[in-house]
Amino acid sequence: MAVTELRSGHCLLAAVAALMHVAVSTQAATLPEERADAMYHRYDGGGVTVDGPSLLVRKNFKETLSVSGNYYVDNISSASIDVIASGASKYTEERTEYSLAGDYLYGKSLFSAGVTYSDESDYQAATYSLGVSQDFFGDLTTLSFGYSLGQDEVSQNGNNEFEEDIDRHSFRIGLNQVITPKLVLAANYELITDEGYLNNPYRSYRFLSDPLDPSAGYQFSREVYPQTRTSDAASLQFRYRLPWQAAVGGQYRFFTDDWGIDAHTTQVSYTHVLYQHWTVDVLYRWYSQGQADFYQDLFLFPSQDEKDYRARDKEMSEFSNQTLSLYVSYERPLSWRYAYKAGITLQYDRISFDYDNFTDLTVAETLPGDEPLYAFDADVYKLLFTLWY
Amino acid sequence: MKRRISLLTALLLMTGCGIQPWVKPYERQHLAEPIMRFDRDPIAGAYTKHVYQSRESARGAEGGAGVGCGCN
Repeated sequence: MAVTELRSGHCLLAAVAALMHVAVSTQAATLPEERADAMYHRYDGGGVTVDGPSLLVRKNFKETLSVSGNYYVDNISSASIDVIASGASKYTEERTEYSLAGDYLYGKSLFSAGVTYSDESDYQAATYSLGVSQDFFGDLTTLSFGYSLGQDEVSQNGNNEFEEDIDRHSFRIGLNQVITPKLVLAANYELITDEGYLNNPYRSYRFLSDPLDPSAGYQFSREVYPQTRTSDAASLQFRYRLPWQAAVGGQYRFFTDDWGIDAHTTQVSYTHVLYQHWTVDVLYRWYSQGQADFYQDLFLFPSQDEKDYRARDKEMSEFSNQTLSLYVSYERPLSWRYAYKAGITLQYDRISFDYDNFTDLTVAETLPGDEPLYAFDADVYKLLFTLWY
Repeated sequence: MKRRISLLTALLLMTGCGIQPWVKPYERQHLAEPIMRFDRDPIAGAYTKHVYQSRESARGAEGGAGVGCGCN
């Protein structure tokens, strides 16, 4: 147990993220702009630090074909509450992700394909994605469809006998609609199904040693999860151009899955252009979710069989978070033969997590179940350099 | 009843085919501005989504990068 609680969960979610990230380019029947980005990212919160680079290069050919490549690294250093509470020591780890994607424009149709590969010492994930989008009604409406297949391999450091798989399918449909010369709307729906080993091989739930006597303490045992999960998510978002050099945006998303989790996400933003070259964004985001049916902070009994599910992952608990963000960008035209514009962007997000039924086990000398609720704040930084050519 | 439905469907199809763009090309300069995009910086946006997906159960339908404004 020298290593990780969060490790595989991190990778699993990274694989899901990759699955959806590839889909992003299937939204409008125009080729994406040619640009190169170099970004440093850093997350710091709850005893976890994740940082690293991300590089993206996109090149278009003959105004019909666009190819992009992305290299991304997470350097993880974790002494999270899961790690500390389980008695494990702080661990470090690296995850590397490579993506290659192509878009082909044919008339008012855009065909997209992409592949992403993510590699970590105990988790490998490959994602293959296809998409098509079509413009209608004088290019005021864009309808898009997408499908992704994810194939993950889960292993466990220090246990060569452990090897499991996950298959994941994602189906997406999106509609972008120009309403007025200053208002655009977008509606998206996504269905994701997973099948395979969905829990974290390092994480445990806890149960009372004696259900009639909490003072007897508690014990840990390996979590027991279902082998399948199906989720639905639907969102609606808009952007509105204000009379001055500014825009407001809003988004709402509803999420539900067959593990019993419902979630709501709401975001509002204001974007302002200053002195022609500067752009400032202020965002506020609120997220809230209910718990999974099989989540408990403290179980009375251990699991009786593989269908008697048990989870104590804080991402499965009932909680909410709030984010306040400030982004500042500076862009300037270039008279350079290789690029016509350059930009630098600094983004800062402050996220505050409040858990409603996940307790802090690092607090000593309390009866099981009487521990205080857990909460933490996280700081997220992104420093981005961009060239347009 | 069937006849009425058929007539109504035919009428809808005919008017649907005749839909004219109600936002003219010369009215779309605001829609083409970077500040009107849902996601101006692709890798920063993808990273932000990754931060949330790693710490929340909800996933999917985050919204895309493009806007079908017909600006090009």
